[in-house]
Amino acid sequence: MDIHEYQAKELFRNAGIPVPPGEVATTPEEAGEIAGRLGGTVVVKAQVHAGGRGKAGGVKLAASAAEAQEHASRILGMEIKGLTVEKVLVTPAEDIASEAYVGIVIDRATQAALFMVSPEGGIDIEEVASTNPDAIRKLRVDPRYGLLPHQAYLLGSFLYPDVKLARQAAKVMEQLYDAFTTNHCSMAEINPLIVTPEGELKAIDAKVSIDDSALFQLPEVATFRDLEAEPESETQAREAGLSFVKLDGNVGCCVNGAGLAMATMDLVKYYGGDPANFLDIGGSSNPDKVVSALKIITDDPNVKAILFNIFGGITRCDDVANGIVEATKRIDIRPPIVIRLTGTNEEEALEILKEAGFSAYTSMDEVVEKAVELAASA
Amino acid sequence: MSIFIDDSTRLVVQGITGRDGSFHTHQMVAYGTNVVAGVTPGKGGQSFEAEGGKRIPIFNTVEEAVRKEGANASVIYVPPAFAAGAIVEAADAGVAFIAAITEGIPVQDMTRTYAFVKDAGVRLLGPNCPGLISPGKAKVGIIPGQITMPGPVGVVSRSGTLTYEAVFQLTRAGIGQTTCVGIGGDPIIGTNFIDVLSAFGDDPETEAIVMIGEIGGTDEQEAAAWVRENLDIPVVGFIAGQTAPPGRRMGHAGAIISGSAGTAEEKMKVFEANGIAVARRPADIRSPIAEGLGG
Repeated sequence: MDIHEYQAKELFRNAGIPVPPGEVATTPEEAGEIAGRLGGTVVVKAQVHAGGRGKAGGVKLAASAAEAQEHASRILGMEIKGLTVEKVLVTPAEDIASEAYVGIVIDRATQAALFMVSPEGGIDIEEVASTNPDAIRKLRVDPRYGLLPHQAYLLGSFLYPDVKLARQAAKVMEQLYDAFTTNHCSMAEINPLIVTPEGELKAIDAKVSIDDSALFQLPEVATFRDLEAEPESETQAREAGLSFVKLDGNVGCCVNGAGLAMATMDLVKYYGGDPANFLDIGGSSNPDKVVSALKIITDDPNVKAILFNIFGGITRCDDVANGIVEATKRIDIRPPIVIRLTGTNEEEALEILKEAGFSAYTSMDEVVEKAVELAASA
Repeated sequence: MSIFIDDSTRLVVQGITGRDGSFHTHQMVAYGTNVVAGVTPGKGGQSFEAEGGKRIPIFNTVEEAVRKEGANASVIYVPPAFAAGAIVEAADAGVAFIAAITEGIPVQDMTRTYAFVKDAGVRLLGPNCPGLISPGKAKVGIIPGQITMPGPVGVVSRSGTLTYEAVFQLTRAGIGQTTCVGIGGDPIIGTNFIDVLSAFGDDPETEAIVMIGEIGGTDEQEAAAWVRENLDIPVVGFIAGQTAPPGRRMGHAGAIISGSAGTAEEKMKVFEANGIAVARRPADIRSPIAEGLGG
């Protein structure tokens, strides 16, 4: 789960990281009031779950409350990478002597949390990574011992030759690692970590993703979920325990397992069609999930044919068959449904479908070809 | 031969009384897997009745299952909040092999668990994986037995149900398998592509390999380079997600680690450059495998 900058900063503040003050506004007037309260020059920053906000015009300096209000009126409602800006963060503008990058991510290759730090922070850090990899120091943290004091200092001194700054930075490393583990982050990033002309460190931007699987242990962090930041169909899907991404095509796909779901979409394209969505009904199945899935798919007016591709393992084909039959009783489904079911409890499933007047395919190629043909002729 | 499990496997099922655990215990017993014990804390002393009237004793701890029934492998179906603990318990009890089927274990719980298991010298498969099957000998996990048949091909996959699809394609073409392994799609997993490829390489009966990957990360590319250096049997690869739209990515950390290497196009290119035949759709894995086997 991605969270907003202002929420990430709250987690960082709780861990003791020096973060400038700031408040969130949902209207231009509020933004103006906050700017007035903070005094001096402020930054108005779009709060969306996407990178590249500055380049899109979603981050603006304002010398007065009136100017902050004016910027907010333009930023609120703006679209950044397909997402509408609903909130802005208003925070004091800082004088910057230098910018560094500090990030932690769960790394597949080393099977642990991996620190990455660079004295060349800012928006071009990915460029630095490819052109000057020596400017980035990586450090694997052993999950049993956590970040050890000498490691924190190594990272700090890689950013700053000055011992005093290096010590301050080492403290930030420890605090960030603490925030990372306490909140089950999959990614936590300060970019930039700045040094002010007075020699103080401050985290002036923050990006955090939380491991969805850990949210059940983190009731407060779970409330950070911003339902307005995702399409409604994705919210419904998540609440039903489904994984769903809306796309632009006309073949509605309902598949079990992310890999098979992607392979099914690939095959729809292979046969000349266009998938309307990615939908994974997940592992352990129950008929209600299938009903929810069909409801979400049929809510999309672009869908001209519905394709089921179910390969039973932990998902039982009979559960899915019962769900399909149940859904056709409860909701009005206009597009034709084509079904491929095979694997665990396949025979029971075919019996259930036959009684309800459906037939099923056993080959993935055949069912995908059929769905593409039906969608094209609708 | 086969890898990781065979007819000497003595399996303990952790979470044997849950919905998934009990259902798949029946399936594993019906397939012929030697399930010697179950573990559900608080239900020790009871027993689980499998088809054919076989009674499987239930214990409170894995340690008892090892001591009293000689269990040497474990499969885990316990809920996500307790699954990391269950893996550590099994490793501590001295089983040699653990397959963790559970989906949704917090990733940071897994980083500690992985370190523990590695120190214990235990082979962990998963979590969030379908397990594995050595056709005709044993299955551990949830891969449907009826879609497999014994034969010379090793299958390794990051995905669950897509593994079944690949196996199904082979079986329908009359091509059997030594072992089919689903390594799981989580960020932290106990056994990676190279571990499985290496085990297949050491197995004299595995004459060809099917490798199923997905978009994201660089595991497939590293495995491809390993194949070129270390294997002299034919390998066929498939990557799911050729048409997946690019996500809205926050932060730079992922890109600093892997650059733009995670796309299907990039992975297929690396496969080809390392001598791995690329299948564009699941059905296309059959003919290069048949050719590789000299058929």
